[in-house]
Parts: sequence; structure tokens; C-alpha cells
Amino acid sequence: MEGSSFAARSIQLSFVAIVGGAWYLASETGSVSRLFLPPPREVHAALSRLVETQAFWSAVLVTLTTIAKAFAMAVVAGIVVGYLVTRSKLLIKVIEPILSGMFTIPITLFLPMFILFFGIGTGSKVAYGATYAFFPIVLNTIAAFSKAEERYLRAARSMGANAWQQFRHVLLPGAMPVLITGLRIGFFICFASVLGGETISSVAGVGRNIALAAELMEPARMYAWILFVILTSVTLNMVVHSIENRVRSR
Amino acid sequence: MSDIAISIRGVTQRFGEEGSEGSVLALDNVSLDIRRGEFVCLLGPSGCGKSTLLNIVGGLFKPTEGSCTVDGRLVDGAPHPDKIAFVFQESTLFPWYTVIENFHIALKFQGIPRTEWDDRAMAALRAVGMASFARHYPEQLSVGMRQRVNMARGICVGTDILLMDEPFAALDEQTRMVLGEDLSQLLAATGKTIVFVTHSLAEAVFLSDRIAVMTARPGKIKTIIDVAEQHPRSPDFMLETRFSELRNECYALLRDEIRATVAAQRDPQFAGA
Repeated sequence: MEGSSFAARSIQLSFVAIVGGAWYLASETGSVSRLFLPPPREVHAALSRLVETQAFWSAVLVTLTTIAKAFAMAVVAGIVVGYLVTRSKLLIKVIEPILSGMFTIPITLFLPMFILFFGIGTGSKVAYGATYAFFPIVLNTIAAFSKAEERYLRAARSMGANAWQQFRHVLLPGAMPVLITGLRIGFFICFASVLGGETISSVAGVGRNIALAAELMEPARMYAWILFVILTSVTLNMVVHSIENRVRSR
Repeated sequence: MSDIAISIRGVTQRFGEEGSEGSVLALDNVSLDIRRGEFVCLLGPSGCGKSTLLNIVGGLFKPTEGSCTVDGRLVDGAPHPDKIAFVFQESTLFPWYTVIENFHIALKFQGIPRTEWDDRAMAALRAVGMASFARHYPEQLSVGMRQRVNMARGICVGTDILLMDEPFAALDEQTRMVLGEDLSQLLAATGKTIVFVTHSLAEAVFLSDRIAVMTARPGKIKTIIDVAEQHPRSPDFMLETRFSELRNECYALLRDEIRATVAAQRDPQFAGA
């Protein structure tokens, strides 16, 4: 177990090293134009300059706040709607296909409508991210609670468990693994759609700065922002995984 | 206090509206009195309504007609966790809780004060020789160990009546026999009233004071067989001529019912006839 996880880690790290090495070689030798791909040291220098500015941190704050709001809304709406749907077999049969059908529509197409309704500011990105993240959360919530096993509920009822105890000690722990998967997928969809929305059309935030750097032909600055997003996303992924493992091992 | 622990009176159970398609008469006017401290097996072909009858006694649902009283108290479709505990198959241990937490939660549901949880759980686990596995999750145990724990969970809540719904059905024959002996010993020690659903002839004869042999669907009680043998019973009982005679008697009674069940499964028209 220890050995195989060490081997897996080594391969993963080698992959990162190869990508980094290819980037270094391609840009330093001049085989790819600096305009498309500046060398790592320039991106590093741009990033070092960026993190010292007030503007950088206020853009990061705008984006993180937007993600947090959008995700919170998606979680509440997704879990409440999902749970209520599973209270009836007929509702599951009717609603679940509608929701999973809607999830296949690229909601990005409606981004202009979100901006029309909620304005160019963060409001439209909150609504857009929340809408996108709602679907994986609600679908996984439905899956989680509808597969609740009758035998556990029957056992709990025979022991005299009341409705709340049946929910708290039987339904919820039984649903937890699938529920958590929905939250994880929802979170990363939320993260991606907020940044995407900001990049396409906005006045503030990380995505806006990426688009701006591209428009101003400042590739080093643009890659510095992107590098920051990648590092954030990798960190968040590790945090989410450790939360997930902790919940699962319960 | 009367000598009768459970009294089943004219219980009829129909699933679906009478006359509608798919309507099934599961139990037809079943009456049975079970004495205090008695071990009664409900033996019958699969689908004869024996589990349904057990669930009605335990208050998991209300019969279409008839009634059931426990210690003179009407059951009426609601569980009475102070009087009755169920033991289902071993797979009803909650997989998200450890062994000891499974006991705690059962005691909590039953409304027993928290201060008693640990003592009662550990006593029950010691009784089945599983005390050292208290911190394990059910999936870390073998099927036989899980069923020991599950039996102990049913016993630790301290009810006078234990309803067991084919608890050993998922176990291999050897584990079954060992657990059957354990159960016979536990019984002799606690004097509980037990109703046990099974389709195993040997299990019924080995464990029961009385065997209620049921008919194919709609379930009725065909005959009641007395097994006059003291608990705790040793495996030697199985070697006695009397054991095989009783077993054969049960089989002779059941054979036609099993044939009727198989025929009904083959030809859907037969069920309505």
C-alpha cells in the first residue's frame, strides 16, 4: 500500500515536471513565440509583481466571494429540492429526467441573459455559477436519498426511532457518500463557471483580469493570473478531498 | 398477569384493493396465542406471509382485518419498542456506525438513558463473545460475526419479546447450527418469548417449543406441532430419532404447500383460483 502510493505520487510529480520542462524548453529555445507562451521566469516575475499589488488581492476577493455565494445558493437549493423530490416515487420519476436533461444543456449559452437580468457586476456571475452548480448537486441528492435502503429504515422503526431520528441516523448517513460527491462536483463546476463568466464578460474579478491582460497583449501577466488560478484550484481540490475522506470514513 | 404474551386474532392481510389486478391475499384469518417464554417458529413456503405476520405482530404495519395484542395491549400498527425487539438478517446493522455505536443507537431509539448505553452494550457483546470487536465496523466482520452482533443488538434492549425474521438465512449451514445453539442457550438464560420465521425445517425443530406450519398463499396456520424438549438444547438432539421424526412430519405437512407455491409461480392464473 505504502509502496504503491509512493509510486503513484512519483508518477504524478514527474508529470508536473515534464509539463514544466516542456514549457521551459518550448519558450526558452524560441520554438514557440513569446507572445503565445512566455518563458517560466517571466511568468514567475509577473506573478511576484502581481501579488504585491492591492488590485490583485481585491480581484481575488471579488472572485472568491462570488464563488462562495454561488456555491452556497446551489447547495441550499440543490439539497432542499433534491430531498423533497425523493419523498415521492412519482416525483422522482417525473422530475429526475427533466433535471438531468437540463444539465446536458450548455448553460454558458445563456450567459448573456444572466447579464441582462442581473447586470454586468458580480450578481450575474453568482446567478450563473449557482445555476450551473445546482444541477450536479440536486441530481446527486436525488440519487443519494432515493437509494436509501428500506431494511435500515424498517430496523430503525422497529426500534422506535421517530421521524427525525430516522432522518438523522439512517437516511442522512446512508446518503452521505453520494451527497458529498455531488457537492464536490458542484463546487468545481461553480469555480469554473464563475471564472469563465468573469473572463467572458465582467468588470471585476480574476477572470476579468485574465481577459484584460490578453487584450493588452501582456502574456506574462495573463499566465501569472492563470498560474495563480491553477495553484488555487489544486489546493482547493486537496482540501475538498480531505474533507470528503473524513466524511466517508465516518 | 396472564400467561399469554402475544395474541393474534383473525388477522387478514390483503395488499392492493380487493378485486383489483395485482391484489394479493397474503394472510387469511390467522389466529394464534403465544405463551410467555415460549419459542414459536412460523414455518412455511416462501411467500406464505410468515414475515408479514411477524411485521404485524411487531407493529410495522396494520392488518387489513383482525388484531394483535401484546401483554393485553393492542399493537395497532405502531412499534412498541419497550415490549418488542426485532432481529432481522445480519445486513440490518447500520454500516456507517461501529459495532458499539450500533448498540448505542438502538438503545437511543428505544429511549434508554445514555448512562446505561455502554454497560448494556458491552454486556450483550460479552454474551455473544464479541466484546473485543466493539470498535470495528460491520463490514470488517465475517457474516457469522455480524449476525452474532445483530442478535446481541436485539437482546441488549431488554424487551420480553423478540421477533426474528429469518435471521440466519444468509448464513452457511455450519454457522447457522452454531448460532442456533447459541440462541438456544441465550434463551434458556433470559426466558424471552420468541417468534422466529424460517423456512428451514431443521432450524424450526431444533429451536422451537411449538412450530406453526403455514399453508401456501393465502397464509393460514395448517397445524401446530409440539416439540417437547428442554432448552438449552445440545446438538445431540439432532441425532435423536425423535428429531428426524418431527422433521419428517414437518416436511410431509409442507410438501403439498411447497408444490402449490411452485405451481402458482409457474402459472399466474393459479394464484387467482
